[in-house]
Amino acid sequence: MKASALVADLVTEFKTNGRIVIVGASLAGLRAAETLRDEGFNGKLTIIGDEKHEPYDRPPLSKQVLKGWVRADHTKLPRTRTVEAEWRLGVAATGLDRASKQVRLANGDLVPFDRLLIATGVRSRPWFNPKEAALEGVFTLRTSDDAGRLQAALATKPGRVLIVGAGFIGSEMASVCRELGLAVTVAERAEAPLVGALGGVIGDIAAQMQRDHGVDLRTGVSVEALEGDARGHVRRARLSDGTTLDVDVVVASLGSIRNTEWLEGAGLASGFWGVACDAGCRAFDLHGVVTDSIFVAGDIARAPHVLYDYQFLVLEHWDNAVFGGKVAAHNMVSLEPDRRPHLPLPAFWSGQFGVNIKGVGVGPFADEIVITQGSVKDRRFAAAYGRRGRIVAAVTFNHGKWLEYYGALIERSAPFPPPPPGYDQANGNKPVPARFPDPRVPTGFPDVVLTGHDPTARGAEYRPKKQ
Amino acid sequence: MRIVIDLNRCQGYAQCVPLAPTVLKLNGEEALMYDPNPDDSLRQQVLRAAASCPVQAILVERLDDKGEKP
Repeated sequence: MKASALVADLVTEFKTNGRIVIVGASLAGLRAAETLRDEGFNGKLTIIGDEKHEPYDRPPLSKQVLKGWVRADHTKLPRTRTVEAEWRLGVAATGLDRASKQVRLANGDLVPFDRLLIATGVRSRPWFNPKEAALEGVFTLRTSDDAGRLQAALATKPGRVLIVGAGFIGSEMASVCRELGLAVTVAERAEAPLVGALGGVIGDIAAQMQRDHGVDLRTGVSVEALEGDARGHVRRARLSDGTTLDVDVVVASLGSIRNTEWLEGAGLASGFWGVACDAGCRAFDLHGVVTDSIFVAGDIARAPHVLYDYQFLVLEHWDNAVFGGKVAAHNMVSLEPDRRPHLPLPAFWSGQFGVNIKGVGVGPFADEIVITQGSVKDRRFAAAYGRRGRIVAAVTFNHGKWLEYYGALIERSAPFPPPPPGYDQANGNKPVPARFPDPRVPTGFPDVVLTGHDPTARGAEYRPKKQ
Repeated sequence: MRIVIDLNRCQGYAQCVPLAPTVLKLNGEEALMYDPNPDDSLRQQVLRAAASCPVQAILVERLDDKGEKP
């Protein structure tokens, strides 16, 4: 038998009788499972998730769910097809043995696989002091259970809500609080909201937006301690500038921690930076050598991106989970040369204070920004980000119809400042420094964190301080 | 029933809003908010809203609920 025929037989055999395990039962895991079946995988499929819920959508949690319009358990994701999987929900994966090709579960079960997809995502970074974190009225937001609890607390009309951290989620929560008529203080360590993702120029606009809507925004401060009453309910917060606040609800919105602990000892290039993989979603081992049977998708995947000097990027974006899951699944049941790259143009959105903020590209990769269209005063504008004379990102405030124009420019590495779009130009704006924080300093907002080629070395700059 | 809207793709045309006003709302000029799991009785409205979207950003689950969901 010729070798090529043997390989073709192997693929057929794998698609018929192979075993695929997906760890992570959220957006990336679900879309991967559907794609596997679409592509003719008829073997055994197991989906493992630590939450007891079937896959649900997270973006609504900080918006329509907190507002009380949509119930926390009413964001279940639509399925595009049946997946005929064995669902192991409510039980976390706790270990991976690559030699015997088994995933270990928290209840001691071992789940064997031929190919594995790692899609365990991230969790919210907890409040740094465990005693204070345990006070009643102190919350984080990542899961639908979190959202249900926080929504219930907001519905009791607390006297003041304190949100620690003004990233996208923190800002969205502050917006909801104001829509509910609640007094809210936002404490942000950086100079303005959203600076980690969008830089200081846009951050100043976001700060004004918050203040215009009645948010008590405190920047350049950290929250040093929370104090509870005799019943163990949080009542006061002490800030680094010496002030104290009377608060009834505190939400720690401090970014995320990647769920890689279960991979310790497995010999993969996994750690606080996520799981390093190639642009075809194949995981790297500890030495930076690509594996053949382990794939990565979603928030946890760190892959080189051609548009950004092949730097390894983590993209905690919704469509990165969708498309990453699909490409990973395709490549799990395909051989060279049919494998596809996952080369997303990063894209995200955020609704806050009645403004639709949308972005493409990787802002923190830039050093300059120029307002290209519309009016900042009217909160309706587009801005482009540049690095060394080429456009690398763009953001719009209530100007989303223009984003495609900038996306196309970014995809072909067009010059910066970009050519005028033809009409609706903001006259005379010159590029200015975009004012991103120094990436070597951990910001508490690791939405997109850049490292060099070697995930085990250069990434170490970002390890958070031990508490 | 279940829907999800790709809000990267959504450009805020808001054609969908009047067709299913209890499911889809604009927050401000451009930010679309929606109920991801509306009542089944609204299916016709939601399907019309999805069909009206110029960029086809609304994904409606078409499976019946007898599937193999966990």
